Amino acid sequence: MNKIPNRQVICDTLLELAKDDRDIMVLASDSRGSAAMAPFANTFPEQFVEVGIAEQNLVGMAAGLAHSGKKPFVTSPACFLSMRSIEQIKVDVAYSRTNVKLIGISGGVSYGALGMSHHSVQDIAVARAIPGLAIVLPADRHETKKLTEALVKYDGGVYVRIGRNPVEDVYESDDYPFEIGKAVIVQEGSDITIIAAGETVRVALDAAQALAESGVSARVINMHTIKPLDEEAIIAAARETGRIITVEEHSIYGGLGAAVAEVVVQHHPVPMKVLGIPDEPAIAGKSAEVFRHYGLTGDNIKQVAFELINK
Amino acid sequence: MEIQELKVKASQIRMDLLTIIHRAKTGHTGGSLSNTDILTALYYEIMNIDPANSKWEDRDRFIASKGHSVESLWCVLADRGFFPREELETYSQFGTRLIGHPNNKVPGIEMNTGALGHGLPISVGMALAAKRDGRSYRVFCLMGDGEQAEGSNWEAAMAGAHYKLDNLVGIIDRNRLQISGSTEEVMGLEPLDEKWAAFGWNVVSINGNDMEELLQAFRAVPEVPGKPTLIMANTTKGKGVSFAENVPAWHHHVPNDEELALALSELSASIEELTQKGQVQ
Ligand SMILES: Cc1ncc(C[n+]2csc(CCOP(=O)(O)OP(=O)(O)O)c2C)c(N)n1
Repeated sequence: MNKIPNRQVICDTLLELAKDDRDIMVLASDSRGSAAMAPFANTFPEQFVEVGIAEQNLVGMAAGLAHSGKKPFVTSPACFLSMRSIEQIKVDVAYSRTNVKLIGISGGVSYGALGMSHHSVQDIAVARAIPGLAIVLPADRHETKKLTEALVKYDGGVYVRIGRNPVEDVYESDDYPFEIGKAVIVQEGSDITIIAAGETVRVALDAAQALAESGVSARVINMHTIKPLDEEAIIAAARETGRIITVEEHSIYGGLGAAVAEVVVQHHPVPMKVLGIPDEPAIAGKSAEVFRHYGLTGDNIKQVAFELINK
Repeated sequence: MEIQELKVKASQIRMDLLTIIHRAKTGHTGGSLSNTDILTALYYEIMNIDPANSKWEDRDRFIASKGHSVESLWCVLADRGFFPREELETYSQFGTRLIGHPNNKVPGIEMNTGALGHGLPISVGMALAAKRDGRSYRVFCLMGDGEQAEGSNWEAAMAGAHYKLDNLVGIIDRNRLQISGSTEEVMGLEPLDEKWAAFGWNVVSINGNDMEELLQAFRAVPEVPGKPTLIMANTTKGKGVSFAENVPAWHHHVPNDEELALALSELSASIEELTQKGQVQ
């Protein structure tokens, strides 16, 4: 089991890149520990900015720094970054086309029993509604590394959502093509497609494995970029496998499932099932317990796949 | 309650909160320990409340704006009989209503808090409603000092003064630490009392871990008619547990078995000392 959380991978990668790029900056809102950014703050104090518990100011200042040629990486819990600062994200980042990278940490239900104020399961819906803002959820540490490198080169606003704990690897190494906006088929299959993003990619792979044992060939797509969405990959999946399940650590409203469904109904309607957090404050508990409660598990996805196939 | 009893009560609450945090292996230890005396003064002596009738219209309202320190609040509410003591064992367990932040499914909790900078605006609304309805209840809002960096507090501070809410009491748990270190290093606040005064509040500075000073300050409210009161409660983060006092990591550090045993023995020693003093008198 991998022991390195994605937030640490972002810090390690930025530490490497910031040596040769003095414009890379990291901003935190009393969140350098939660974001695992303390090593960056200590190594590059001149490239680090602490704003205190003030998420609106955090994003506004980042926009000002970007306007002046800096490459700011804002790191803050996803719940506050995506909601508290959303107007700054809309106006100061997306509308004004400033080069701000927004790293939402401990997203989804990673904060477990801290409850609704700390869960971030509406962030994708909110961010999707903002024109010009890219949205990326890396699946594991390898993808997080590739993403961080891509972010430094990408000019424009990006919202990245990662979890808190280490996730099991999806990829064996970082030796695969990664491009913001381009989905990755992590497993070929012909009977059904499971589309996932972030930490649910691993769950989707578990389901595909269980399905394979029952003779069902499931395609698994890692839709790491939710915006701009890889419509081609979705249309091909609908055409070639005839059924789609989406799995996400997010409200069933406005997230990955909704985004995929919008493409499917408009281009190639097929039966679909959207799995995620229902329209209620998520139950308290460790994230694994919450996942189990809402059926975000390999076993349940397998069940749902059978139901869709036998329809 | 007698002062002595209140002090003993505060130590017992500290023992309870350490026990539930240790059991759940999660919690905000430092901030809960620092505000235990404030909660004890309010819930056992100052606030007009009825645990058997938690929605009583004329009750005083308490808002834990620093919602992460919920463990001290859960222990106080259980001890005051808002819900059964055994329920404390479910703190942070799967499916519990005693989650890691105040949750208004639980009797005694007015509002859901946890995102910092929400408590004071809510409290201003409640205090304004009391004025408009001609009711006499008061609203007590407990904030963190790190939390003062959220601009929403200052928007609410303006409104509280503008509407002359002398039934509103803001309390700052001025323990001078937040997560990343000292408040003055992370985002300087001083002169904090002058800022509140400049916003039109009546500011009272006290030792927030001293029961006598707490009671005196709370009993004097409203000191200045037409002005909300801000009690600057100078406290020690981790108060009562020698090895946690003023150590930033104890913000959300969870005591291991030995640390719990040591902390409990320190606190029971303090209770013993207090009760002996009580008998001598
Ligand atoms: C809006 C918001 N941003 C960030 C956090 C995360 N957070 C929880 S506690 C805390 C530090 C609070 O420090 P302080 O207000 O001084 O409280 P205390 O030291 O008394 O615990 C932070 C940043 C939060 N709960 N809400």
